[in-house]
Amino acid sequence: MTGPAHPRIWQRFTPQERIARSILYILTIIAVVWSLRTIDIIPEFLYDAPEQTADLFKRMWPFDWAFYPKAIHAALIETFHIATLGTILAILLALPLSFMAARNFTRNPVLRWLAQFIFVSSRSVNSLIWALIFVAIFGPGALAGVMSIAVRSIGFVGKLFGEALEEAQRGPLEALTATGAPRSMILVKGYWPQVEPAFWSIALLRWDINIRESAVLGLVGAGGIGVALDAALNNLYWDQVGLILAVIFAVVIVTEIVTSFLRSRIL
Amino acid sequence: MNVMHPAIAEPVLSLRGLRKEYRPGQPVLKDISLDFAPRGVTAIIGPSGTGKSTLIRCINRLVDPTAGDILLKGENLARIQGAALRMARRRIGMVFQEYNLVERLSVMENVLSGRLGYVSPWRAFLRKFPVEDVERAYDLLDAVGLGQDFANRRADKLSGGQRQRVGIARAIMQEPALLLADEPTSSLDPKTSVEIMELMAEISGTRGIPIIINIHNVDLARRYAARIIGMTGGDVVFDGPPEALERSHLAMIYGGEGWQE
Repeated sequence: MTGPAHPRIWQRFTPQERIARSILYILTIIAVVWSLRTIDIIPEFLYDAPEQTADLFKRMWPFDWAFYPKAIHAALIETFHIATLGTILAILLALPLSFMAARNFTRNPVLRWLAQFIFVSSRSVNSLIWALIFVAIFGPGALAGVMSIAVRSIGFVGKLFGEALEEAQRGPLEALTATGAPRSMILVKGYWPQVEPAFWSIALLRWDINIRESAVLGLVGAGGIGVALDAALNNLYWDQVGLILAVIFAVVIVTEIVTSFLRSRIL
Repeated sequence: MNVMHPAIAEPVLSLRGLRKEYRPGQPVLKDISLDFAPRGVTAIIGPSGTGKSTLIRCINRLVDPTAGDILLKGENLARIQGAALRMARRRIGMVFQEYNLVERLSVMENVLSGRLGYVSPWRAFLRKFPVEDVERAYDLLDAVGLGQDFANRRADKLSGGQRQRVGIARAIMQEPALLLADEPTSSLDPKTSVEIMELMAEISGTRGIPIIINIHNVDLARRYAARIIGMTGGDVVFDGPPEALERSHLAMIYGGEGWQE
């Protein structure tokens, strides 16, 4: 057997594709250079940044431990409450909406679109912005914090749980339909057992995120440990700032451990 | 070639001109008219994609027929909706090829699911089923050969044959006037297939429940059915007792003869 007269040429991309890729690379470089020029780095500040950082840490240490019982502890508990209440409220509001959004449960496209619209609106706004809005409505304090956490979480919980519902196996649902079960029963005995692990997993994940988010809500006056952080920053009490940051860090670690333990038990 | 089935005096189910088109002008079922006696096993055989499954799903309206009547003890299921349709579905049990159990629920809950059309929602939600339902469920676990020890096992821990037994118990739990089975043995090994067919024939006999079974396996159909309906291309081309089913009929149903021994 003889080989082909000419060596066969193989190329991964067509000439058009190669040109397109080159243009993309050049555009990326232009974008990087352009953005570096716009951010206005002040060299004087950049040069002594390491010293400033070291200085900041020196001022933070030793922590003002006496400050913990005075102000931090109550604020920390409030942060927990904001995150937990906000998550529960979000779940209560998101559950019916996720059934409304699930293609296999809701046939009406207008209802599905409405649910999706609510999810997108909820998710497109950062919880700090929601907090600003709710502080304006309810005044400063934990209520504004709970509401902003809840409203921000509806989109997250609703979207993910709605997708879990859509992945429910059709067979068992069909079997329950064939027994003459009403839709409420198909929901309780057909959908729910199938999506229950996903539900708890989503709820725990959101609670975990909300603890971190509610720690900063106080910066705009929506209650929690962020209020104490804001005050300490404004007064330049760096030993208090350091303590608050350490407490937030510790809390995040603890919730991470707790939620991953619970999640491993559910699945 | 059609072997005429003797007329049935008081059919439990009558299909009249049943037609289904998933796409307009392309009927999957071509005006099927059949009567089913209130007892015994009827097997529907035919090649894949010939409308057997559509036919059986039209009967309990998991698929909505395009035209025709479905008379269950005189009530026309093709014409009802909503609550009336749910009431009618309670009287028709169904067994599936893939068992269709709720995997994360216990065997007992799956069997009791057969009562979901009867019990009130809050009772089912709180798992407080009526005592007589629980009693019957235990009896059925024995009757399908699983035994009461299986009650609290999760459905996803069972083998295929055990799952199908739970599926059958769930269907019988409805106290149905008619049992439909859509390829109940196609996912099972040959030995288990025979056991499941044996069980269904026995249940049909002892409880007086007529069964309509879609089945690929011609030998199993011959062995357990009193009546065989052969379908091809959306039409009924054979209807008669197994003794009357000959090679020529099978050639017409499945096409060709080379596959026959």
